Amino acid sequence: MSRLAPGHRGCAGCCDAMAANFVLEAVGDDAIVVSPTGCLEVMTTPYPESSWEVPWIHSLFENAAAVASGIDAALKAMGRKGNTKVVAIGGDGATLDIGMQAISGAFERGDDITYVCVDNEAYMNTGVQRSGATPYGASTTTSPAGKQSFGNPRPKKNMPAILVAHGSPYVATTSISYPKDMIRKVKKAVDIEGPTYVHAHAPCTTGWKFDTSKTVEVGKLAVETALWPMYEMENGELTNVRKVKNQKPVEEYLKSQGRFKHLFTMDGGKAEIAKIQAIADWNVEHYGLK
Amino acid sequence: MKIIIGGAVEPGSTRVNKTGGWRNFKPLYHQDKCIKCGLCSLLCPDCSIEETEEKYVVFDFDFCKGCGICANECPSDAIEMVLEEK
Amino acid sequence: MREKMTVVEGSYTVAHAVKVCRPNVISAYPITPQTHIVEDLSQFMADGEIPDCEYINVESEFSAISALVGASAAGARTYSSTTSQGLELMHEALFNVSGMRLPVVMTVVNRAVSAPINIWNDQQDSISQRDTGWIQLYAEDTQEAGDMTAQAFKVAEDKEVKLPAMVCMDGFILSHVYEPVILLEQDLTDEYLPKYEPEYFLDTKNPMTFGAFADPTTYTEFRYLQQKAMDNALEKIEKAADDFNKIFGRYYGGLIDTYKTEDAEIIIMAMGSIIGTIKDVIDKVRSDGIKVGLVKVRSFRPFPVEAIRKAVADASVIVTLDKNISLGLNEGALLTEVKSSLYNTDINVPVMGFMLGHGGRDIPRRTIRMIIDKAKDTMRSGIAVESEFADLRGDLV
Repeated sequence: MSRLAPGHRGCAGCCDAMAANFVLEAVGDDAIVVSPTGCLEVMTTPYPESSWEVPWIHSLFENAAAVASGIDAALKAMGRKGNTKVVAIGGDGATLDIGMQAISGAFERGDDITYVCVDNEAYMNTGVQRSGATPYGASTTTSPAGKQSFGNPRPKKNMPAILVAHGSPYVATTSISYPKDMIRKVKKAVDIEGPTYVHAHAPCTTGWKFDTSKTVEVGKLAVETALWPMYEMENGELTNVRKVKNQKPVEEYLKSQGRFKHLFTMDGGKAEIAKIQAIADWNVEHYGLK
Repeated sequence: MKIIIGGAVEPGSTRVNKTGGWRNFKPLYHQDKCIKCGLCSLLCPDCSIEETEEKYVVFDFDFCKGCGICANECPSDAIEMVLEEK
Repeated sequence: MREKMTVVEGSYTVAHAVKVCRPNVISAYPITPQTHIVEDLSQFMADGEIPDCEYINVESEFSAISALVGASAAGARTYSSTTSQGLELMHEALFNVSGMRLPVVMTVVNRAVSAPINIWNDQQDSISQRDTGWIQLYAEDTQEAGDMTAQAFKVAEDKEVKLPAMVCMDGFILSHVYEPVILLEQDLTDEYLPKYEPEYFLDTKNPMTFGAFADPTTYTEFRYLQQKAMDNALEKIEKAADDFNKIFGRYYGGLIDTYKTEDAEIIIMAMGSIIGTIKDVIDKVRSDGIKVGLVKVRSFRPFPVEAIRKAVADASVIVTLDKNISLGLNEGALLTEVKSSLYNTDINVPVMGFMLGHGGRDIPRRTIRMIIDKAKDTMRSGIAVESEFADLRGDLV
């Protein structure tokens, strides 16, 4: 199986490591991988060691998509493209905050790259700060719960929708808790020509505060409460939605993680949980999860 | 080892770093309960569970960090996390 | 086949030079006064005149340089062009390109930096990037700007250098002027510039990792190796100019060029298009009996310390001209670095400097004449003012 070599510095139970393994399994050896700055990059490449066994490059925090575009152009220009896949694997902050411009440009140009966003919902490598992907009500170090705060006051940025609007032929959401689903979707994405995007939900034991053994279990709860809808968008059409039979109440997901525990202890927390339930219910309606 | 100009690094070279030293808990494998689903090997973040030819598994304790995901996800309770005696 | 001289815009001379250097990836984001270069390249592409090349219309200068990181790391010969705000936006990535030892070549069409916003020429933009680890060469006229492009690729890609290079040409003054030039011939350029063949690149047959993080135990040595490469570049820049002369029959100087310095009492030092004006003034004042000479600094990075020491050792006064200012020091970069080159030696020549031409302010011959008069005063009675603006408007301040 193609995967990261062991010995990397990822936390025990690391979601990024799992995500990278599933991407590598999906793309195989004939691939060039680009990573922006972040947990994945730092934990896999402490000079002079590297966990990567495919050609891999890290440049800066905000330019993975642009670097990938450049590699794609170079391979085409020099007649070396063949079946080689150019894949970017990066975290949420690097993808949809600081990297927004680069990925928008690459997708607008139609460059033949696949971008996999590993979404652990905060800037984890720098100490769990809030990103545009941090969900409503989550406590992070720059959106902490406090006497006058219920945590992050904004919902997640809907990055898949933004890239569908760019005309991407294939955009999908998945989760590291569903490895076969993720491998299937990444494989499909790299086999489609043009800019394709896979957004993988990735529960982080350190940042979300749960036991290292629960990474997969927490991710499943996100899907089973309809907070993380899993679907594919092909040429702008919603296809292949993963139905949620017996939708669980969001409390089950929220209480599994330390980053939401303030919602259960603060005055007014119940009302906040109700707002989160409303987000889940909207997903059910909007994506047809029933 | 001299620096390659530009800092290029050899593939797979993190293998020199034995992360097994990070563990507190160690997976104990009950092969008699194993249903050979391969899930533990697929999920392991540290490439420390390999399937044998018969589709049972072996653990690589040089690198296993003891996260416990394998034990938590095993559908037949064939893996148990035990405190490691050092 | 020798091309005849043709009258074309400076931007076209450069774009043509890029074309015959056989780039594989060009990235382009428009910014005045660079636009004509990327437009001309785009027309060449549309007409199929650049084989084995992809042209990426990026969405900002940051992506322009970032795309070239990927392309160059994948083994391609790469080119972009920018100026002013665009170069400043690239700042972070400039360190990255140099640190990863990627021989990207970029034309910087020198323009003033905002605020206030200003589209006309000065050299603040490239000067502000002098610590990023890029080779920086300054062209005197449009012929040189084109010739320098080929030389830049040759030096940058040399195995003992492997650093990115900026070819600096004054915005509007050189980019938009029409001059008679000889456009670089394809066959001669192929003879001069070998194919780019890096030892390590992104290759599925040899999967290396690029851009690992270096902790305190290894980071210093990477910087040391970049400095060593700059040291190697001193000799390579000279050689590239000599080899160019052998094949193309033109020579504009190596690290520096000198004009009438052999017996000069006053030596003026400057970079870029102002050289032409200074030469005209020198010819005039020499006929009035004043012994003035010129050192044209062609390579600013690496800074040609030894070459400058040799050229100015016997002067009575040195005057540097700077189209930039280091705010807080009240000096232009050339003044500071020339003084630094002469300190701790037994060359005891007074050095004074003028900052001028900011934001595209015209530099007429009478300004140079005024500067020479001040130098004469210094010869008589020592330095009165070490560094000042040559062209400050008293009616505005």
